[in-house]
Amino acid sequence: MNNALIGVLFMGGLGALLAVGLVFASKKFAIKVEPMIEEIETALPGINCGACGFAGCRSLAEAIAEGKAPSNACPVGGNAVAEKIAEILGEDQASAPSRKVAQVLCKGGNVEAAARADYDGPGDCRIANITQGGDKDCIYGCLGLATCVEACPFDAMAMNENGLPIVFEDKCTGCGKCVEACPRDIIVLVGEEYGVHIRCRSLSLGKDVRKVCNVGCIACRRCEKECPVGAISIIDNLARIDYDKCIVCGKCAAVCPVKTIEIQEGKSVIKPKKVG
Amino acid sequence: MKYLLLFIGTVITNNFVLVQFLGICPFIGVSKQVTTSLGMGAATTFVMVVSALVSWLIQHFILVPLNLEYLQIVSFILVIASLVQLVEMFLHKSSPGLYRAMGIFLPLITTNCAVLGLALNAVERSYNLGESLIYGLGAGVGFTVALLLLAGIREELEFADIPKPFKGAGIALIIAGLLSLAFSGFAGMI
Repeated sequence: MNNALIGVLFMGGLGALLAVGLVFASKKFAIKVEPMIEEIETALPGINCGACGFAGCRSLAEAIAEGKAPSNACPVGGNAVAEKIAEILGEDQASAPSRKVAQVLCKGGNVEAAARADYDGPGDCRIANITQGGDKDCIYGCLGLATCVEACPFDAMAMNENGLPIVFEDKCTGCGKCVEACPRDIIVLVGEEYGVHIRCRSLSLGKDVRKVCNVGCIACRRCEKECPVGAISIIDNLARIDYDKCIVCGKCAAVCPVKTIEIQEGKSVIKPKKVG
Repeated sequence: MKYLLLFIGTVITNNFVLVQFLGICPFIGVSKQVTTSLGMGAATTFVMVVSALVSWLIQHFILVPLNLEYLQIVSFILVIASLVQLVEMFLHKSSPGLYRAMGIFLPLITTNCAVLGLALNAVERSYNLGESLIYGLGAGVGFTVALLLLAGIREELEFADIPKPFKGAGIALIIAGLLSLAFSGFAGMI
């Protein structure tokens, strides 16, 4: 028998021997996992994004099984997953919060917002933000370098030709990665039923906003006066909307002189809430 | 007497981590807490002792008679990997907390060069079975001692006012270097 053959036989034999040993060990040291945890983990999306606040889908499944987290704790899976988990737990489907989607609160793209310089640095908003605040005059606006788009794990964002990010709401899961990525806090998570948004974050005085952006909020207060439910208030030179009060009537959008307030198509008026 | 000297020599004078610089990865990685590092030390010691035994048996009863010395590293690694798997299963069953605390460093004992270094060194120095076992035990104890020393210091460091650039791994490496210097003072004693 030649040497190589012996070597092959030896290594094969050693491997087989150790494998058999490990098989026995794994039988002996087998861990009984609560079958419910496995079931819940299967129901979860399994992408370990961490949007729920736990380390991954496995940790969330454990928390749900122990009753430390609600059945709808997974913001990514939405209602479908919450229902499945509720079924596994054998509980009635609790009233799930509405699905949240990301909204970009800036309309100042390359056309609307004046540029003061050519930014030639690395293509990342966070870097541009700390190097003299990017190329736009407005220090509150979108930097347009698509850091949020890169952060989105679900391909639910893209840059439009005007240099602004757009959200595909059907794909958005409300995981909040873009919110985290944006150095200017332009992106917020809002319940998907709300269709009126004040797309500006500028705290500058109205006349200063005018100088740097065509579509920035100038704090003229017309929306505040027009709103029938008192959902809009001007704080620090910026109109802010209280989504809990908003009924998506769109009257503010109609009077806004600079068209900062936008009404999204396909989102209808919701009934006024009982809270005044 | 010979065995005692070998043991002490391996634990202190030729400490695997602090003098021979083997197994630095878990040395820095799992030395944040004394309890965790004790568990890591115990797991590694077990793997070291058993792999010293098995590798000696393989070397002397299979590899040498069959002229297969060139398969030394591969077969030793195979044995070590299986042992680590065994330890991992055992720990997962017996102490889930420790299992979680050690995290990735537990399966990484497989690639801990201290374990393979031990097996290869024992062969190279043509130790007999008893010496190999003592050598393995000494290496494991030495590894545990080094880990515990660093972990104890690092636990205290949590409360110390460390300049920002040195926080975390930076100061740990400096401490490790100082420990190593201290241990090099034992050189030549045995």
